[in-house]
Amino acid sequence: MSNLLDLLVAGLATGAIYALVAVGFTLLWQTSQTINFAQGEFVMLPAFLMLALMHAGAPFWLAIILGILLSLLLLGLGFKLLLVDPMLRHGVLPLAIATMALAIGMKEAVKQFFSAEASPFPSIVPAGDISILGRVVSLQSLGVLALAIAVVIGLTALLNRTSIGHQMQATAQNPTVARIIGVPVERMILLTFLINAFLVALASLLITPIYLAKFSSGEVLGQAAFIAAIVGGFNQVRGAIAGGLLIGVVDNLAAAYVSTQYRAAVPLVLLIVIILFRPQGLLGRPEERTV
Amino acid sequence: MKSGIFAALLLVAMSASGAFAQGAPIKLADVAELSGGGATVGNNWKNGIDLAIEEINAKGGLLGRKLEVTHADSQSNPGVARAQVQKALDNEPYVLLGPGYSGSVKVTSPLAAEAGITQIMGGEAAELTQGGNKFLFRTSFGQQSSMPKVAKYVNDELKAKSVAIVWVNNDFGKGGRDVMTKEFAKYNIKVAADISTEAGQADFAADVSKIKAAAPDAVFIYLNEEESARILKELKRQAIAVPLVGETTLVGQKVVELAGDAANGARGHVGLTTDAPVDLVKAFREKFVKKYNYVPDHNGLKGYLAIYMVKATTEKMGKVDAKKFADTLHGLTIKAASEPGILMDVTFDEKGDIDRQGFLVEIVEGKQVVKQVLPKLN
Amino acid sequence: MTVKGKYLRIALGIVVIGALIIVPMNFNRYGLYILSQWAVMTIAAMGLNLTLGYAGQVSLAQGAFVGIGAYAAAIMTTQGMPLIAALSVAVVLCFAIGWILGYPALRVQHHYLAFVTLAFSTLAFLVFRNEDWLTKGIYGISNIPRPNVMGFATNRPLPFYYFCLGSLGIVSLAMWWLIRSPWGRAFIALRENPVRALSLGIDTRRYTLMAFAIGSALGGVAGTLYAPLTQYIDPVPFNLSLSLDLLMMVIVGGSGFFFGPFLGAMIAVLLPEWLRFTQGYYLMLYAVAVMLLLIYSPTGILGILDRYLAARRTKAASALRAVTKSKLETAS
Repeated sequence: MSNLLDLLVAGLATGAIYALVAVGFTLLWQTSQTINFAQGEFVMLPAFLMLALMHAGAPFWLAIILGILLSLLLLGLGFKLLLVDPMLRHGVLPLAIATMALAIGMKEAVKQFFSAEASPFPSIVPAGDISILGRVVSLQSLGVLALAIAVVIGLTALLNRTSIGHQMQATAQNPTVARIIGVPVERMILLTFLINAFLVALASLLITPIYLAKFSSGEVLGQAAFIAAIVGGFNQVRGAIAGGLLIGVVDNLAAAYVSTQYRAAVPLVLLIVIILFRPQGLLGRPEERTV
Repeated sequence: MKSGIFAALLLVAMSASGAFAQGAPIKLADVAELSGGGATVGNNWKNGIDLAIEEINAKGGLLGRKLEVTHADSQSNPGVARAQVQKALDNEPYVLLGPGYSGSVKVTSPLAAEAGITQIMGGEAAELTQGGNKFLFRTSFGQQSSMPKVAKYVNDELKAKSVAIVWVNNDFGKGGRDVMTKEFAKYNIKVAADISTEAGQADFAADVSKIKAAAPDAVFIYLNEEESARILKELKRQAIAVPLVGETTLVGQKVVELAGDAANGARGHVGLTTDAPVDLVKAFREKFVKKYNYVPDHNGLKGYLAIYMVKATTEKMGKVDAKKFADTLHGLTIKAASEPGILMDVTFDEKGDIDRQGFLVEIVEGKQVVKQVLPKLN
Repeated sequence: MTVKGKYLRIALGIVVIGALIIVPMNFNRYGLYILSQWAVMTIAAMGLNLTLGYAGQVSLAQGAFVGIGAYAAAIMTTQGMPLIAALSVAVVLCFAIGWILGYPALRVQHHYLAFVTLAFSTLAFLVFRNEDWLTKGIYGISNIPRPNVMGFATNRPLPFYYFCLGSLGIVSLAMWWLIRSPWGRAFIALRENPVRALSLGIDTRRYTLMAFAIGSALGGVAGTLYAPLTQYIDPVPFNLSLSLDLLMMVIVGGSGFFFGPFLGAMIAVLLPEWLRFTQGYYLMLYAVAVMLLLIYSPTGILGILDRYLAARRTKAASALRAVTKSKLETAS
């Protein structure tokens, strides 16, 4: 029993990581039908930007700020203007393929210009453990979990309480109508890309001390987050969070009680079952428009 | 006027003889995992090779000829490795270097043997040298020679009656796990838990809780460096106090760097390590760090040694002869005293396996401490 | 114009086929290996093109079907069975699995086939890796023999290349016939307008399923060639990234164009090889090239050609109109 609780806690901690990465997936999908296969690499890169800045002599706090700004510039604005805009009109697939190429390019660039080695990364959350109800939990995992919760609350508040949020929702639901009623659709889409860039930079900052900074660390993350997004519902922020947490927990329970060799299979079987019985995802709405 | 012509002739003759002394460069071909899952392995290997070649060329080359190497990326994929080795062999290199993944070695070694070109590789799977290939050489212990030492240590020193085995499910980890399971069976040591993990895995909570439930006398860990660091952290967090035993990838400097004080107490057998208490190895490490700005793992050492194997063998023959190379290297002993680049005395047997000093080390307060030196067999 | 164009196309086809037969004769072993690889990947991509380009469904498991074919070939031929037997097993198996996977997924339409195949792709990899008794697990299967075709041994690189090229030729002809058959026209009707196809009495689900299953079976065909090509297989090459690569080939070549997979496979197999002179930068440059190509023409390479031809046709048509008009005017 105590074992089970331990597994649940550890699963939630890993799941929170997937969830953070998955949120961006759903945001981009909602407003611009972008499937970003480079999302995992988007999380990998900011840590390297920050490491590079620190190597250049910047203190940690400055490297964080500049790293986040650079992420907004490269992974938000640059991604949107250079890759998404020219291809958006031509459907989902060419853009998805282009993001796959982008993922290869980013990995190779980091490997070539930085290192193929894994580097340790300083943690903004102290590296210690604390004991909650007799369970030993690492503070870093708690930090990730706290951030994930803060992101849901923050984004939900933004989307539901502010006028910008309402405009973003209108853009997501029906861009044509939104345009007619005077929503600056283009600016709203750009805003979601910037939010995604900000989120991946934050995720990078929290996750990298656990995952280590390595050019290939986005592969596992990206795939897990993609599956989490589908399981939770591709079109809901809280769906992505739920999907991420669920995948994390299921993965851990599968490794403990089913088979370590087939642990990766269990979340996928779950995925298939969910598609069969609840195709819109756990918390998703049925799609309102066709792809 | 006459003297002018004479001087010109002399100059031509001199430059011609100079060219003759230098000769055409000796071509080596390297095929390694420069991208994909094995990129860390392949890039260390490549850097080691480049460093050794730079050194040798700076000292006037090999028998007066410069060494030249081409690096080709196998993308950690045996199919691509085959294409690249084919390409390399079509250019008739002196010696073929790499690959590092055992699967890629398996698919390429028949090609090199057919072409009569010696292949010096980084793979550690036991079976590679057991197929009677006369052209294949290791740069490190095969698992069939390193694992028995670990098993002996677990039995004799730790007196463990049951162990948990944690291994990474790729050809490296599975190979080690299979040899190790057989060795433990010889000592009647029970395998209390047999846990496979994924390359790149970040969350070891479930695996460690399985170990905890099995309550073994010792844990044998056979993962790559990064995953080793992560599982060490998790073992510490779940307060598992039994001895943690492993191989080179558990007790390397990289693991200490990544795992911090969670690495303390981990111990294992190390064939090649940049932390070996050997002056030549320390000097190598310094040179490597100066050139590449990071501490290499054992794959960096393997690449470096591969080039010095080429050098020592060629000097032994006294000429560059690709046909006789493999014959000469079989049974050859290279002494570090006469060839400092080989770092430690080494002997190659008829199968291409190596015999060299090994170490039993333990991590004490973030430092690798050599507990025992396992001497060379002969 | 059209007659001339037709002859021109036939002549071009003959030149290309002739070149594929004659030019590689003095290639070295490496060149022949790469070309054989191109032929094999083209077959797999043609299968995916049927699923994606003609029936409009995204499959992320084509690489897994190649794996199933490769393992069928490796397991059976190392046991001494002929490759043709492995081929039949692979085709039947892949077709059946495709059908079983597609059936529930297509119940909910759209991108759910992509999700289900994504899951299947990883599941297949795990089975290849974990079921040692059948697949020898991570150690892989080595010494896979190359087949004898009508008494000719294909051990040497050149005969094996001709074997791959011949297989590609047969698959291409079959595909050509399929697309022109009533089935093929039904597939295209599905892609162009599913609602209309339904109203015309086409059982859309059945045809989509059929296209996916046939496409998957072609993946199996490619796999049975891949195993004797490399003569060693392990699970790693058949993970999700092969499926994504094949998807890239179809899109980059031009999805829904008959010759798209040929060009796409050329880009994916040959372009990185050409770029290798740039050493560590080659995959980076390859990625940039793919992105630039897709930005320039999201419909792939053949999309560029198509646009050009369409523009010319409009011009020709308007010229024709002008001539007819002036004729009509003079007549009156």
